[in-house]
Amino acid sequence: MSEPTTDDTRRREPGVVEALARDDVERKKFLSMAGRGIGAGAAATGLAAFIAACGSSNSSSSSQDPASSTSTAAAGSATSSSSGMSDPSDLTIVNYALTLEYLESQFYAKVAKSGLFHGKTLSVLKSFGAEEQQHVIALHKVASGLGTPAARPTGKFPLHSAGQVATLAGQVENLGAAAYLGQAGNIHSKEILAAALAIHTIEARHAATLNTLLNLSPTPQGAFAKPMSMAQVLAVVKPFIA
Amino acid sequence: MNRSDIASPELGAVEVHGMSRASFILRGAVAAGAVYGAGAVGPYVSSALAQGGSSDVDILNFALTLEYLETDFYNVKGTAVGLSGEAKKLAQSFGDEEAEHVAALTKAITAAGGKPVAKPKFAFPVNDQSSFLKLAYVLENTGVGAYNGAGPSLMNKEYLAAAGSIVQVEARHAAAIALLTGQPITPSGAFDKPLSKSQVLAKAGPLIKQ
Repeated sequence: MSEPTTDDTRRREPGVVEALARDDVERKKFLSMAGRGIGAGAAATGLAAFIAACGSSNSSSSSQDPASSTSTAAAGSATSSSSGMSDPSDLTIVNYALTLEYLESQFYAKVAKSGLFHGKTLSVLKSFGAEEQQHVIALHKVASGLGTPAARPTGKFPLHSAGQVATLAGQVENLGAAAYLGQAGNIHSKEILAAALAIHTIEARHAATLNTLLNLSPTPQGAFAKPMSMAQVLAVVKPFIA
Repeated sequence: MNRSDIASPELGAVEVHGMSRASFILRGAVAAGAVYGAGAVGPYVSSALAQGGSSDVDILNFALTLEYLETDFYNVKGTAVGLSGEAKKLAQSFGDEEAEHVAALTKAITAAGGKPVAKPKFAFPVNDQSSFLKLAYVLENTGVGAYNGAGPSLMNKEYLAAAGSIVQVEARHAAAIALLTGQPITPSGAFDKPLSKSQVLAKAGPLIKQ
């Protein structure tokens, strides 16, 4: 399956008028693709279907994207619905972000209840969870304005020890930051882009904080953060969705 | 539009995308008004900005000015103040990263057929580690707001990707400094505020000398 990388965005025209027209076309394309490949009536849970289709660990053929910052398996070579994946509609992108935010929010809620953290660290983790929940609310609203919002997924997160959970939190936030960065060039609407940028840097702050608490560099990728494609991110989150 | 944009057909092709130049200029003016608002424009910035309508090169040059500022702050002022411990390590590391931003933006502007702004002279009114770190926090957060504010106006998606890659690092810097100094990790809450050009200049302008 072709993975949307920042290279693909070079072909597209960023004009606002073209973008508004394209949104409608792309929404229909996405829905027909979701219906065709995955089953009619799945449009509302199209993103979950993406996860199933794109997140498989069948990675024998795909080469590791050099932009990837994780060593996990590259996205599987599943259904070749390339046009939908290489130029996603704003609704697709917002629902993708919404799904990730749902998972982050659920993760932090579990962490807060786990009893593994106390004092200042607990307070920081709770505040991050509250911020992710605000992202859920905002993105749900945006998605509703564009079409059907993604269904709330059911996350499943292993919580064994403070160290393991803090490490996982760091991975989640760094992934979130890379996910938003990976989509910035794909968003058609300037308003939605502004919202995505406003959230992207919050994930970056969260990530840098967790890295620092773990005695890792706040900027593990150096001066330039690397984007991850939708397929790469979904492959990483798949094990965390029940 | 500054004259170098019009003089370079490659740049014109990249920026105009088949739109008539008149409508491009009009859109740029609308975008500039929305994103930047009225406000003082520092003398180091191309006069084209004062006329409304910011090309991608103008935006990149504005970013370059801020990156020059941060590099100078960490490398020159950081050394002059005499930092220690974690603050010293952080200033060295962040200074290196800002210098890489300078190099990348300079290269992008040149490749676009534009003229990179000259490095301004700066003056930072801090003289100890504590005030240095406080200003670092302000500068990094201003950088986040600047890039987030300008991002949607960029026409070229590659520049947007680069801006995104850089702003994520600025936000990471801001958070690291917040932890070191006990300041808010997310000073704007769950959503970072985009800043208009005049808002950015209100913070950065006083630090820039002729």
